[in-house]
Amino acid sequence: MIRTFSYIDVMYLVAAARWTLALTATAFCGSALLGLVLAIARISPIAPLRWLVAAYIYVVQGTPLLVWLFVIFFGLPLLGVSVNPWLAAAIAFSVYGSAFLGEIWRGALISIARTQWEAGASLGLSMSQQLRYIIIPQSVRIAIPPTVGFLVQLIKNTSLAATIGLVELTREGQLTAAGTYMPFAVFTTVACIYFAMCFPLTQWSRSLERKLDVAR
Amino acid sequence: MSLVDIQAISKSYGSLPVLKDVSLGVAKGEVVAVIGRSGSGKSTLLRCINGLEPIQAGTITVDGVRVNDPKTDLRKLRQEVGIVFQSFNLFPHLSVCENITLAPRVVRKQSPDAAREVAREVLHRVGLEEKLDAYPSQLSGGQQQRVAIARSLAMRPKVMLFDEVTSALDPELTGEVLKVLEAVAQEGMTMILVTHEMGFARRFGSRVVFMHEGRIHEEGQAAAVLAAPKTPELQTFLSAVLH
Repeated sequence: MIRTFSYIDVMYLVAAARWTLALTATAFCGSALLGLVLAIARISPIAPLRWLVAAYIYVVQGTPLLVWLFVIFFGLPLLGVSVNPWLAAAIAFSVYGSAFLGEIWRGALISIARTQWEAGASLGLSMSQQLRYIIIPQSVRIAIPPTVGFLVQLIKNTSLAATIGLVELTREGQLTAAGTYMPFAVFTTVACIYFAMCFPLTQWSRSLERKLDVAR
Repeated sequence: MSLVDIQAISKSYGSLPVLKDVSLGVAKGEVVAVIGRSGSGKSTLLRCINGLEPIQAGTITVDGVRVNDPKTDLRKLRQEVGIVFQSFNLFPHLSVCENITLAPRVVRKQSPDAAREVAREVLHRVGLEEKLDAYPSQLSGGQQQRVAIARSLAMRPKVMLFDEVTSALDPELTGEVLKVLEAVAQEGMTMILVTHEMGFARRFGSRVVFMHEGRIHEEGQAAAVLAAPKTPELQTFLSAVLH
């Protein structure tokens, strides 16, 4: 039965955007936790650990996110591990995000002058105390703008989860388009909702960058 | 026995030797000025004493503890050996008080109140009590360096190393830092200074060590060595810095 694309459909799309945001939030938390570990491992004095983490980052950055989604959602059940779309998407996006956040944050950490580490070490602080009290607090300022920029990418990329049947904004758009035969109107609306989520973040990131430049 | 005992140490960066068979003993309460051209190895020597730079041969002991021993807890050693750098190296995100109390609180586990008291006391010694809650960026270079000295003093080190602490300052600001150094020296602190301030070395140095091409070329009682250098290298160096 063909129905028209109406106000109520728009509301359904907006409601589905909740799942986009929920997936983004989950993925961001997973990426951040793993990314922080990766960033610190990348600057650790233990060379094999650095190589291992570098290899992980190159592999993840050098492969499409969509493939990771498929590997986890379609591949793992063949090994006897059943995953629902939510879990698969959360894992895939965390893996993907950790590689990018890890590199962004590593850059922020190594941008702090060597002499700051030395000053901490000379006062008897351990490596982890130097990181916690001296290096990380200073690098947070530098890391915030690119991290917010990454968050925008993440919101848009969650649309790939539609391919494994997770009903978020894009998937809801597909369903609505199939029911109404009005793909142009539907997907334009979908695009507008994504834009409404991303644009404020982009602006925030810009203003943070400006503030940082002034402070320098 | 010397508080700081350096025995025949050698160090190189890759294939470039910077310290060649250097030996130096510093007794408790001594103020030793290390002078020499840039590149002569004097800053490296200082950084070896608190283990910031590894050495390839020889031994360094501070108060009986070997620095270049894998079993030595460098963190513990560094609490006893203060170092002040040419570029201050204050923590820009922390206030003066937090800069000073960070190590006492985190490393020595002092209570915040006790640490703040120590901060007040050491700031009083460098004449900057009123800057307790200022941030480094609000201070002049000379004031920043005095805070750096106070930060080091707050750990109550047995020996203090000063790495060209006035070299990054405008000439009119060196005086205030030198005055603080004098006060610290007069309190009986054992000090090793890498410096270009010959006047300071003459007045307060118990000894002067002249380094040249990675070796100790000439050393002796400060006033005597500076007044009557024996080697032509030191003569050349002194006439270059004094004019």
